[in-house]
Amino acid sequence: MDDQEIIREFLIESNESLARLDQDMVELEKRPKDPDLLAAIFRAIHTIKGACGFLGYTTLEAVTHRTESILSQLRDGKRDLNPELVTLILEAVDVVKSVLVAIETAGAEGPDTYDDLRKRLDAACSLPAGAAPPAVAPSLPPEAEKVSVQKGPAVSDSTIRVDVGLLDKLMNLVGELVLARNQILQFNAHQEDSTLNATSQRLNLITTELQEGVMKTRMQPIGVVWNKLPRLVRDLATSFGKQIHLEMDGADTELDKTIIEAIKDPLTHIVRNCCDHGIEKSDVRVRARKPAQGKLSLRAFHEGGQVNIEISDDGAGIDVQVLKNKAVQRGLIRLEQAERMADREALSLVFLPGFSTAAEVTSVSGRGVGMDVVKTNIEKIGGVVELASRPGEGTTLRLKIPLTLAIIPGLVVTLTERRSSPRNLEGVGERYVIPQVSLLELIRLEGESGKRQVERIHETPFYRRRGSLLPLVYLSEVLQIGQTVESNVVNIVVLQAEDRQFGLVVDGISDTQEIVVKPLGKQLKGLNCYAGATIMGDGRVALILDVSGIAQRSGVLQESREKSRAAAERREHSGSERQTFLLFRAGSFERLAVPLSLVARLEEIPLAKIEHAGGREVVQYRGRILQMASLARILEPAVDHAGRLQDPAQVVVFNNGDRSIGIQVDQILDIVEDTVAARQSAERQGLLGSAVIGKKVTDLLDLYSVIAAAENGWFSDRSTLRATGATVMVAEASSFARGLVRNSLEMAGYQVVEAADTQTALRELDHRKIDVVLAGFDLPPDNGSGLLESMQRDPALAQIPALALIDSADQAQSERPPGLSGYQLKFDRGGMLRSLASLASAVARPEHVAP
Amino acid sequence: MKKTKQTQNGDLAADGHATKIAVSEAAPASREYATFFVDGLFFGIDVLQVQEVLRYQEMTQVPLAPGVIEGLINLRGQIVTALDMRRRLKLPPRAEGQTPMNTVVRTKEGAAVSLLVDEIGDVVEVDSETFETVPDNVDPAARDLLEGVYKLKDRLLLVLDTEKTIDIAANVA
Repeated sequence: MDDQEIIREFLIESNESLARLDQDMVELEKRPKDPDLLAAIFRAIHTIKGACGFLGYTTLEAVTHRTESILSQLRDGKRDLNPELVTLILEAVDVVKSVLVAIETAGAEGPDTYDDLRKRLDAACSLPAGAAPPAVAPSLPPEAEKVSVQKGPAVSDSTIRVDVGLLDKLMNLVGELVLARNQILQFNAHQEDSTLNATSQRLNLITTELQEGVMKTRMQPIGVVWNKLPRLVRDLATSFGKQIHLEMDGADTELDKTIIEAIKDPLTHIVRNCCDHGIEKSDVRVRARKPAQGKLSLRAFHEGGQVNIEISDDGAGIDVQVLKNKAVQRGLIRLEQAERMADREALSLVFLPGFSTAAEVTSVSGRGVGMDVVKTNIEKIGGVVELASRPGEGTTLRLKIPLTLAIIPGLVVTLTERRSSPRNLEGVGERYVIPQVSLLELIRLEGESGKRQVERIHETPFYRRRGSLLPLVYLSEVLQIGQTVESNVVNIVVLQAEDRQFGLVVDGISDTQEIVVKPLGKQLKGLNCYAGATIMGDGRVALILDVSGIAQRSGVLQESREKSRAAAERREHSGSERQTFLLFRAGSFERLAVPLSLVARLEEIPLAKIEHAGGREVVQYRGRILQMASLARILEPAVDHAGRLQDPAQVVVFNNGDRSIGIQVDQILDIVEDTVAARQSAERQGLLGSAVIGKKVTDLLDLYSVIAAAENGWFSDRSTLRATGATVMVAEASSFARGLVRNSLEMAGYQVVEAADTQTALRELDHRKIDVVLAGFDLPPDNGSGLLESMQRDPALAQIPALALIDSADQAQSERPPGLSGYQLKFDRGGMLRSLASLASAVARPEHVAP
Repeated sequence: MKKTKQTQNGDLAADGHATKIAVSEAAPASREYATFFVDGLFFGIDVLQVQEVLRYQEMTQVPLAPGVIEGLINLRGQIVTALDMRRRLKLPPRAEGQTPMNTVVRTKEGAAVSLLVDEIGDVVEVDSETFETVPDNVDPAARDLLEGVYKLKDRLLLVLDTEKTIDIAANVA
């Protein structure tokens, strides 16, 4: 061994023992009397000191020597460990580390001699050993040391260091062996020879075992990464003035080395996050009746061929509402989006780029770079990040990570041969592999009816998957290998690309296989639709599809980005009173609109399926009877529409509790989002008035009267309605808004009283029994506050719950005026019905009991 | 494969004129070339860069790839991109039923690429004195890929620059 070699060995060994040292020191703080621990720490420092003396590293020797002296005092029980001492020792360890780095990079110790640290170490050494320990103690440690010394070598003797490059090469060779094995097995399937059968069977077993064995050599326990965390958590906790207890479970869970490398930074970031704004300060915790010491726990375990890593804290958790507000404030989502968003969905907002919930930026986190990077990094290695949180109880982040990158499960799909590709002489067509991580589900549509389920908007195909439109992408078209082959079956592979889902239509789906991923030559690097290639059992090459690449190429991804960008622009341009409308045509009305929130579904129903029952048109629909009505006939009863019926009929389905009604229109035009410049004119029965929607004058449908006309008293039939029949007063200046609110309330079975100003409202309140008041924010003359105050003054009215109708969430004031039960978004139909239901039932119940 | 000696006057080269020496300095150091034919033209590649020569292999097409890329072949577990030299050199396509041969070359980075050629020739040893740079009036499609020309007795040997030949990444959209 020459000098260089010796120094290299020294560096490797020292770094290894230092990595353990951090953890041991933190552990020691908890169990300051543990002789084994003390001995281990002492030994590590001692070994480094010895080598330094030998190699002539004076600074290093000086620092380690003084550290060793303190440690020996501790070990011999001459003094007790205190936090300051731990900090000092850790500081010394840091210096040792940085000097080691200097030696590794520059070949020498560097100019800094760390005199200050030396002095402090000296001072610490010479402190009077005030807290002298009991006399029994000294006899114990040496014994313990002997025992652990005996343990030590046994472990190191059984391991050797192997170059990672060599392991990679072995891995590749095994990959090839697996392929050769597959080929032999496939060939063997057609052979009768029993010897060959037995041999190939044996080959099969041995290869599998060899593959597993070699895979294991690349495996490292996740503890390699976790080792650094106790120190990190301790330092963070000290600097934030928090108490954090770190628990680690499953540190021996093994992962491929490349994956270990890849999760190192994300994991550190997550732990920092937890310490910074997950776990609260001790006083806050005590006030919340939680133990002063916060708990951060890491758990790793294997499950279903994947490694799960859970990082959970028992901190403040994430307040979904705060998240939403922040996201709206930053313009990442729209207000309506935020309102509709489920908690789970809202939690995933933290993964959006540029998002930070920390109120103030600290040195550790809060700058808005982070969780999105964590997510991207984990997804890059085929992993998934899940976030769960309960306000006040804590947050859990779960990472699901594949065991290895070299071999992945994939779904093999086929494209049959196209006539336009004469180069492929085989009859089988080409196979492609889709990585299983992106796979959500498989859908198979058969026969004519199946084909009809693929619908088109312009030329873009869609499939209705559980009520929402799934864009379809034909693989043959994306790859430009000829037209879609006519067949009786449509195979849809539903895939997840970034935040989007889409269906990839292929000609055939064969099976799932474990495939060995091989890189493509640099000649093909420019093609983003392939992630690599693999060799199939028959020895032929198959391409592995890059799902995001395919999505981008087909426009599925790009489109959504543009859409959100356009939405963001529109958001900047206008105020808040935006609504989404369904536009359609019926009879001589070229452009009719109804708020999309009132629409349950859109259907196409063949005319042949429309039956007549009780003098009305009905269809059997989802196991029920759906009443139908032609909008043209309702709006223009005098005109004969018989010749103009379309087949299949375009039907807009509205729901009312358990019952539905289908309104037949001539054509669905579009769905647009717009602010409504309403211009009232109730000249005609069935219309609320006209408004400019999507830059064109559009008639707004009075859904209530239309349905009433269609049903002849459907709504008066109170017994079938779910709601209690409570009376709601809608006090709102805009008659358009009144009309819409009225529509939805009456459909839900409420009696509705309208009032355009405070005076009318108060008059109505005197006249009738009103159960709930919905007061518009813009109610003249004084924005509704007068109405509330008058109600408060009158003991008979003070009990009536009142909701303020607002246009956007920012109008809600943090301090509610007296008498106001809450805020309600004007156009959030579902939310309004829910809050009304709770208020009305609270009011209605005593009413029922009293008589 | 047999080696054919094409030169006998190697010793004389040292006494040649200054201009000739300059030419020989520009010529590649290696004087052995693996040769092949593409559309009747005679090409050579530095023999040290050629890994092996194979019969036509089954190929997997790569949709959307540049036309020069014929497909991917499985070379003992390694995936190798095959380039059609006819298309690379902008020559007319191969006749129906004529199967090309694979000349697998190894790149500087250690990756393997297969060049599909019409027919494999011998390994030839050449005299640096017969080297000349490519005349300017040759079609740029071919000239850019050539290091130069050896004027052999009966024909011209066109020396391919392997790195340039397989560098088609720029053409990928």
